[in-house]
Amino acid sequence: MDLKKTPLHQWHVDHGGKMVDFEGWSLPMSFSGITDEHNQVRKSGGVFDVSHMGRLKFKGRHARKLLERACSRRISDMQAGQCRYSLLLNDKGGIRDDVLVYRLGDDEFMMVVNASNRQKIKDHLASIQEDGELKVKTDDQTESTAMIAIQGPNVMELASKVSSEVPTLKRYRFVTKNLVVIKLMVSRTGYTGENGVEVILPAGATGMALKLMMKDLDANDADALIKPAGLGARDTLRLEAGMPLYGHELTEETNALATGLGFAISMDKDEHENGEEFVGQAALKATLAEGGPKEALVGLEIDSPRTARQGMDVMSDGASVGLVTSGCKSPTLGKSIAMAYVAQAHKEPGTQLTVVSGKNELPATVVPLPFYKAPKK
Amino acid sequence: MAVPADRRYAETHEWHMKEGDLVVVGLTQFAVDQLTDITFAEMQGEGTTIEAGGEIGEVESVKTSSDVYSGVSGEIVEVNEALADDPSVLNTDPFGEGWLVKIRPSNPDEFEGLMDAGTYDEKNPS
Repeated sequence: MDLKKTPLHQWHVDHGGKMVDFEGWSLPMSFSGITDEHNQVRKSGGVFDVSHMGRLKFKGRHARKLLERACSRRISDMQAGQCRYSLLLNDKGGIRDDVLVYRLGDDEFMMVVNASNRQKIKDHLASIQEDGELKVKTDDQTESTAMIAIQGPNVMELASKVSSEVPTLKRYRFVTKNLVVIKLMVSRTGYTGENGVEVILPAGATGMALKLMMKDLDANDADALIKPAGLGARDTLRLEAGMPLYGHELTEETNALATGLGFAISMDKDEHENGEEFVGQAALKATLAEGGPKEALVGLEIDSPRTARQGMDVMSDGASVGLVTSGCKSPTLGKSIAMAYVAQAHKEPGTQLTVVSGKNELPATVVPLPFYKAPKK
Repeated sequence: MAVPADRRYAETHEWHMKEGDLVVVGLTQFAVDQLTDITFAEMQGEGTTIEAGGEIGEVESVKTSSDVYSGVSGEIVEVNEALADDPSVLNTDPFGEGWLVKIRPSNPDEFEGLMDAGTYDEKNPS
């Protein structure tokens, strides 16, 4: 089957992107090299194509109610112009997806979902809708729009050349801007641990918008403030920032309460005015009644030049106490780092554990997440 | 991109070059491009005897881990120690400074049985 191309496809090819199949989309793994792009984002700025992520728009008098039922986090007190990270759960309290919800108005929302979960989430939302006969119009805008993440310490200053409003945006807020005739949705969000924005724009205007946004910037210049970055760097950046990735830290079998994402789970949501019980809430209440989740997501610092990878066993005194979900050699810290689910008894920072990599045993220490925090400017 | 014609290649993307009585083994540019940035390399120790097709070591990259094989039988007589400190040499100069091991071959015919540069290039267009 032919891979789907994003509106930035030609731009990637023009900039020497090494294209790979990612969830059925042709996307760049890297341009100049994963570590190089990683360092560029930490030091100055990088541009990522995240158009493969699903963008679903919900409109109608029951749009809020629908999302309130689907999302683990409260929606009712969101203001227009606000974004919120949330989980969507299954009936067992496992994770269907992790998403970003944008409130555009009283009855209008956008949800950005993972590419691999797009159809699953659409089907799930349709099923909740039918059960309750909610009046909501869903519009999948994934292929009629593009989404670009521009991340790094120099990004907000550069954005001030295009807009006076964007640099004043608070975290998890967005504005709709008109760039000449192009309508852009700019949010101060990201997946790298750096300051920056994510921009949603019409697919057909992507070429022109890139030219306008990147004017005065030659991505091929060695000293360029912003350069193209690929999926490889996106993964190592999010891992250093301690951010979970669907399919790794988050799965249908992961109990939402074990993820450390408590801020995204409003356990009292059903008791609020306009409140709704969310899918999976009953299961989470049962988990809490039984004393909480058996495991917890932790950071591991590995005392070895080797890398811990998803699926490797975490041991304590010869017994398996957990599993690695992600790992990499951290370009910023110069150390091997990983995230893992471990039994509650082994989650405290400072705990000594062992990761089993084939015939090798890698010494590991539990450390607080995130591994890296951007310095305050 | 053409691969150097002065050496022979294995299906598993190692190059083999004669150096006096020895055969130097390394990874091709194609292989390191597929692996992405290499973060770790560990070869078997000097004095290890290996069969053709046998494992001579392991490399790890940002994305994956991979075993490395020898196309010739013999004894490992030298390991590129520089890779332990800076495995990124494998990315920047895979056909030169990024060599992995030197082997004293026990069966010289095996070298001739490996792919020549043209055949390898055709199989692995970059």
